[in-house]
Amino acid sequence: MQTNWRITNGRIIDPANGVDQTGDLLIIGGRIASAGEEAPPDTAEIDAAGCWVVPGLTDMHVHLREPGQEYKEDILSGAQAAASGGFTSIACMPNTEPVNDCAAVTAMIRARAAQAAVRVYPVGAVSKGSEGHQLAEFGELRAAGAVAVTDDGRPVEHSQLMRRALEYAGDFDLVVISHSEDRALASGVMNEGVVSTQLGLKGIPTAAESIMVYREIALAEFTGQRVHIAHVSAAASIDLIRAAKARGVRVTAETAPHYFTLTDEAVIGYDTNAKMNPPLRSAADREAVRAALADGTLDAIATDHAPHSILEKETEFDTAANGIIGLETAVPLALALVRDGVLDPGRVVALMAVNPAAILGLEGGNLAPGAVADVTIIDPEREFVYTADQVVSKSRNTPFLGWRLKGRAVLTMVGGEVRYRLPG
Amino acid sequence: MATGYSFLHRHILGIEQFSREDISHILATADSFKEISARPIKKVPTLRGHTIINLFFEPSTRTRLSFEIAAKRMSADTFNIAASTSSTTKGETLIDTARNISAMHPDIIIIRHSYSGAPHLLSRYVKAAVINAGDGAHEHPSQGLLDLMTVLEHKGRLDGLKIAIIGDIAHSRVAHSDIIGFTRMGSEVHIYGPSTLVPKGIDQLGAIVSPSLEEAVRDADVVMTLRIQRERQNDPLLPSLREYAQRFGISREILALARPDAVVMHPGPVNRGVELNPEVADGPQSVILDQVTNGVAVRMALLYLVMGNS
Repeated sequence: MQTNWRITNGRIIDPANGVDQTGDLLIIGGRIASAGEEAPPDTAEIDAAGCWVVPGLTDMHVHLREPGQEYKEDILSGAQAAASGGFTSIACMPNTEPVNDCAAVTAMIRARAAQAAVRVYPVGAVSKGSEGHQLAEFGELRAAGAVAVTDDGRPVEHSQLMRRALEYAGDFDLVVISHSEDRALASGVMNEGVVSTQLGLKGIPTAAESIMVYREIALAEFTGQRVHIAHVSAAASIDLIRAAKARGVRVTAETAPHYFTLTDEAVIGYDTNAKMNPPLRSAADREAVRAALADGTLDAIATDHAPHSILEKETEFDTAANGIIGLETAVPLALALVRDGVLDPGRVVALMAVNPAAILGLEGGNLAPGAVADVTIIDPEREFVYTADQVVSKSRNTPFLGWRLKGRAVLTMVGGEVRYRLPG
Repeated sequence: MATGYSFLHRHILGIEQFSREDISHILATADSFKEISARPIKKVPTLRGHTIINLFFEPSTRTRLSFEIAAKRMSADTFNIAASTSSTTKGETLIDTARNISAMHPDIIIIRHSYSGAPHLLSRYVKAAVINAGDGAHEHPSQGLLDLMTVLEHKGRLDGLKIAIIGDIAHSRVAHSDIIGFTRMGSEVHIYGPSTLVPKGIDQLGAIVSPSLEEAVRDADVVMTLRIQRERQNDPLLPSLREYAQRFGISREILALARPDAVVMHPGPVNRGVELNPEVADGPQSVILDQVTNGVAVRMALLYLVMGNS
């Protein structure tokens, strides 16, 4: 396998090292070459003129559905979708069947991941079975390869359990990822506001999220431990995170491309591909999410890639499953924020590569000499219409089908090996 | 009617889809059909040979009967399906049912469903015209139209009126259709109810949220009340119906604040002594039974118009 490359004439954007310049990137033996190193004779050339050359992207929040729901996605198909979207690392949530709450499931995922197109990092459960009663064995999960813990999809209701999870996770240097949702308030199916009233659908208030975000901040502050807030959707949550960061609380947070791209108006017509949890919010919330990506309140863009088959999606809105796939559309949707003047390219790379890797303690996220050669090449001008027949994931549940998108990963390299190359 | 008007709607999913012109046309058509129900032989051949299916996923007495009578008075063949949503898992049943029914070539499917948007989903799977007979908390267009027709009959106009709608606005598809219909025709809709039952953003949809029951009813031309349920799906909306009746019910004293010629309406069934004091419900200003009568005429008009466009 070829692992010696010279990527020429690209715009190398490596915010971890303060680099943003056009030039060549030399990779030798799957690692970024040091200054003065000689290219071996078999070094192949990749012309990256007009493209960005960035550290491989990390999606810290995906659902790969294996084990248990392989008809929606599996580890290999999800990893293939990730590679085609420009990701070199993905972290998969534990709400599989069975739940990844023990070393055996984590080890099974790691074993399958050895054949995958990108690096796959399992995230373990906070509680056994994600049932919210007993702590999962974090030490064993960590030893088996888990990089974080969460009960994503089944938020931890019990505040004492969350407190203990934060404390105990710290012993194993695991970050706890919180799906912040007060379930008693969140009994609806879309954002509560004028659109839910117009459509006659039961609403979920933004307070259902922000109440739990505040609980996590309060617990992280009291215990001195780290917490990471998943898929932030509401302006009120962002205000809480911003204030917490300002006083030194160890909180990080992510949002998903749909929250900075769409609003709850996407639900009009009862489109079940606009149903997710947390729900798409108002235009004011979307603006707050965008501002928070720019000012550092939000640390990461993660897709919450959530494959579902038509069995779960082609149905009445009330009964449809939550979630959309996102790995293949994250890059163009993030680049739209650059064109809109919200983010500069370095900030996009920080949000999609540097920070998520740092939060999870993964290698990668930078192009320093000697670093592992996880590299993504993005053509920011490449336009395409995202159609159902192009979808790499096993599932097609996305509101972005038929959208004309701009900006695309054209090459994804993991450890110096080319794992995806856009034809043409 | 303006020359050159034609009714262009294949499905009737909500009043939202209708222009002012559409509504006037439907009401005029309904008015012309009303006389049929007063004949000794209450049948015209207009829809002979047409198949109409009442697909009701929620219990209903008056709406289903009203649609069935409307269809039969126009000589259509009608069939009633009382489907259960309890056995429905993830909607396969609705789509499967839709495909099966469609394979038998009906002309019109009238659907009632507890989920908002179910008629929209159905309309994507069938060739027949779909009429929404009430979906979740979304819309109940034929009820909204019969309310418009009843007010028009009693007031002679629909513009410039003050309509007071009192009660559970949040869960009422009737309220939603009425708010859209009356505001589109030029009336002002004032709503009032316990804050637990007033949905977010309703003011942005054209309704005026009243600060008190008295303000809502004062000088109103129409006082419409809505059926109350104390609790829904473990959502504690009200402490008791007793307190509701005291604080939010329409008594004679409250009604006296409305215009002397105000009419009292209710989509039924009435919780007597809760939303309406019995002497108001049965009093001279009540037009509740006129609403029921007009329901048949409006539904005849809707069946006729969607068939005329097929």
